[in-house]
Amino acid sequence: MAVELLYFAWVREAIGTGAETMTPPPGVATVGALIDWLATRSAGHAAAFADRARLRAAVDQVFVTLDAPIAGAREIALFPPVTGG
Amino acid sequence: MSVSIQSEPIDLAAELAALGGSGAGGIATFIGHVRADDGVTGLTLEHYPGATERALAALVAEATGRWGLVAARIVHRVDAMRPGDAIVFVAAAAPHRRAALDACAFLIDRLKTDAPFWKREARGDEAHWVEARASDGHAARRWD
Repeated sequence: MAVELLYFAWVREAIGTGAETMTPPPGVATVGALIDWLATRSAGHAAAFADRARLRAAVDQVFVTLDAPIAGAREIALFPPVTGG
Repeated sequence: MSVSIQSEPIDLAAELAALGGSGAGGIATFIGHVRADDGVTGLTLEHYPGATERALAALVAEATGRWGLVAARIVHRVDAMRPGDAIVFVAAAAPHRRAALDACAFLIDRLKTDAPFWKREARGDEAHWVEARASDGHAARRWD
């Protein structure tokens, strides 16, 4: 099923876009598996997703850990640790 | 109870005046400014529209329930700022000072770890994304 992917900060810059629609293969069941799959899409994706420890995620606008399931998700965001305030 | 994300400067006088009518016995506020240290000449803030408002509203709701607030407000600037600019305004209004002070500290500590904002610092022609600090995680976890 197609899912809207959103990227922020240096993740967005490395990939070269802030949003794209993708259809992950059925075996991609978690955010972490999605990251592994996305990393194969381009050199920019590979650079953005090289270090898992520096990545955070939200599924349908709710922060989740990388082992969270993505079944039924409409919007998945991938980004660095936040630095507001 | 409200949250705002805005590009425009924060009107501190108007924000304080709005809280004055809440009937609270005490109002605690925190104002964060863009630091000018290390030669920083500018700051750009990116956020995740929709998710940011949702995260801040959840913090306000949690603080309101936990400390019995009569009003709470978070205003956060995004886009381009300069050293000295107010970047965030947090206020908690409660019947008594301890609840107001604790709720205000909770809101800013948790905002730093729970709300999707990213800072990019410029020093002249050089710019880089600010790294998250472990001390912010520790400050947020003391409210668990």
